[in-house]
Amino acid sequence: MSADHELIAHLTPPASPSHAPRRLPQSWLGLVLPLGLLLLAELAVRVGWLASHLLPAPSDVLQALQELAHQELLTHIAASALRVAAGFMLGASLAVLLGAWVGLSPLALALLNPSFQALRAIPSLAWVPLLLLWLGIDEAPKIALIAIGAFFPVYMGVASGFRDVDRKLVEVARLRGLSRVALARRVLLPAALPAVLTGLRNGLSLAWMFMVAAELIAASRGLGYLLTDGRETGRADIVLAAIVLLALLGKLSDGLMAAVEARALHWRDSFGASP
Amino acid sequence: MSALLDLRVRRKAYAGKTVLRDVHLRLDAGEVLALVGASGCGKSTLLRIVSGLDGDFEGQVQLDGQPQQRGMASRYVGCVFQEPRLFPWLTVARNVGFDVGPNFDAERVSALLAEVGLAGFEEVWPKQLSGGQAQRVAIARALYARPRLLLLDEPFSAVDAFTRIKLQALVAELAHRHGSSLLLVTHDVEEAVLLSDRVLVLEAAPGRIARSVEISLARPRARDGGALASLRSEVLEALHAVHVF
Repeated sequence: MSADHELIAHLTPPASPSHAPRRLPQSWLGLVLPLGLLLLAELAVRVGWLASHLLPAPSDVLQALQELAHQELLTHIAASALRVAAGFMLGASLAVLLGAWVGLSPLALALLNPSFQALRAIPSLAWVPLLLLWLGIDEAPKIALIAIGAFFPVYMGVASGFRDVDRKLVEVARLRGLSRVALARRVLLPAALPAVLTGLRNGLSLAWMFMVAAELIAASRGLGYLLTDGRETGRADIVLAAIVLLALLGKLSDGLMAAVEARALHWRDSFGASP
Repeated sequence: MSALLDLRVRRKAYAGKTVLRDVHLRLDAGEVLALVGASGCGKSTLLRIVSGLDGDFEGQVQLDGQPQQRGMASRYVGCVFQEPRLFPWLTVARNVGFDVGPNFDAERVSALLAEVGLAGFEEVWPKQLSGGQAQRVAIARALYARPRLLLLDEPFSAVDAFTRIKLQALVAELAHRHGSSLLLVTHDVEEAVLLSDRVLVLEAAPGRIARSVEISLARPRARDGGALASLRSEVLEALHAVHVF
C-alpha cells in the first residue's frame, strides 16, 4: 500500500450528527419574561395598583379578543394581511429587479444608487400626504406606502448581496467558460441568496410596520383601524388586543421567512448553524 | 512540433507600473514547470494570463499552437488555487462536476474522488470538509474536464506540512496518470525541485525570467536525496542572486 493510500484509508465521510438526549429547547426561555409580566399585570390590576381603563388585565384583553372573534376580527386580520401581502409583493418584486441590476451593473450602480440612498432617508410618514393627494384614501395609498416600506431593505439586501459575491468564486466560473446567464444563475444568485433572503425578511417586517401607519391614517377595516377605534372609544383592551394580534402575525410571518431561509441556506457554514 | 503552451509577454502593467517585461515561457506536453520568485514578482499574474483571466497585456498566449481566444482556456486548462474555492451551496460531487452543471458524469466524479482519496464524499457539503480535503476536491474539479495543462497557484501553501507532502505526491501522480502538464507557482523551493522538470526563477520589478534550472532527476524522487538537495541549493542561489532577502 502506497503512502498515499495509507492516508486515503482514514479519509471517511463525516457521520451524521448523533442524537443527543433531548433537553428543553432554549427557545422556551424566551417565554419566561412575557409570562412573568402577564402574571404581574394581572395581579397589579386585580389588587388595584393599576387602573384597568389604562392597563387592562391580560384576562380582559383575552376577553376582548373573544368578543372581537364573534364580530369582525377575521375581516380585520384578513384586510391587514392582504394589504401587507400586496404591498410586500409589489415593493419586494421591484426591489429584487432593481437591486439585482444595481448589484450587477456598475452603470446602474452609478445611475440609481445615489437617488435610492437619498429616498431611503425620507421618514415613512412623510410620504403619506403625497400618497393621499395622488391616490385618494382607498386601498392604493396604503399598498403604496407598504411597498415603499418593504422596498428599501430588500433593495439594499439584493444590491449588496450581488455586489459582495466573492470574486474568487466568479473567477472559477469564468475559468470554466460559463456564459453570463449561466454565471448569474449558477454562481451569482446562490452566492447572493443569504443577503437577498435577509433583505426579504427585513422587508416583510417593515411591511407590517408600514401597514399599521397606513391604517392609522385612513381605514375602516384592519388591525390599524382597531387601534384607532379602541383609542377613540376609550377601549384600551381593544388597543392591546390589536397589538397582541400584530405581534402574533408579525412573528408568524417572520417565522415562515426564517424557515424558508434555513431551508434554502442549509449549506451555509455560519456561527450557530448545525454542521 | 508546437509547444502545449507558448507564452510571450512583452509588457504587463498595473496602474502604469510594469510588473512583467519580456517573459517567454514554453511548456511541452507532459512537462512540469515550476515558477519561483519573491512575492510580487508576477508569478500569479503569469498564471492569470495563461488561464485567460487577465487579457490586458502586450503579448500573446498560444495553446497547442493556437492563439488563445475567449473561452479557449476552459478546454485546455484546469486550475487549483491557494484556497479551494469550492462553491458552498453545492455538494462535493456537484463541485467536481461544476463544468457541466447538475447533469455531470457521476461515474467520472466518483472515480476522480476515489483518486484523490475521497471515495464516498459525493454528498458531503464543503462546510464539512477539512482544509486538506477541500483542496483534494479542488484538485478533482480541476481534472474533471481532462485538462491538458494544470495551473497550480501555490496550491499547498494553506495546508499543514503533513497534508502538503501528501498532496504534492498526489498531484504529481495524478498529472502523470492523466497526461496533464503542470505549471506550478510556488514559494517553496523544495516543492519546485521535487515536482518539476524545470524551475524558472523570476526576478522582480519588473518580473522576468532570470534563470532556468533543469531538474533531470528520475521519479519518484526522494526528499532527502543528495541530488535533490544540490539542485535545491542551485535554485536558492539563483533566487539570492536576483532578490534582496
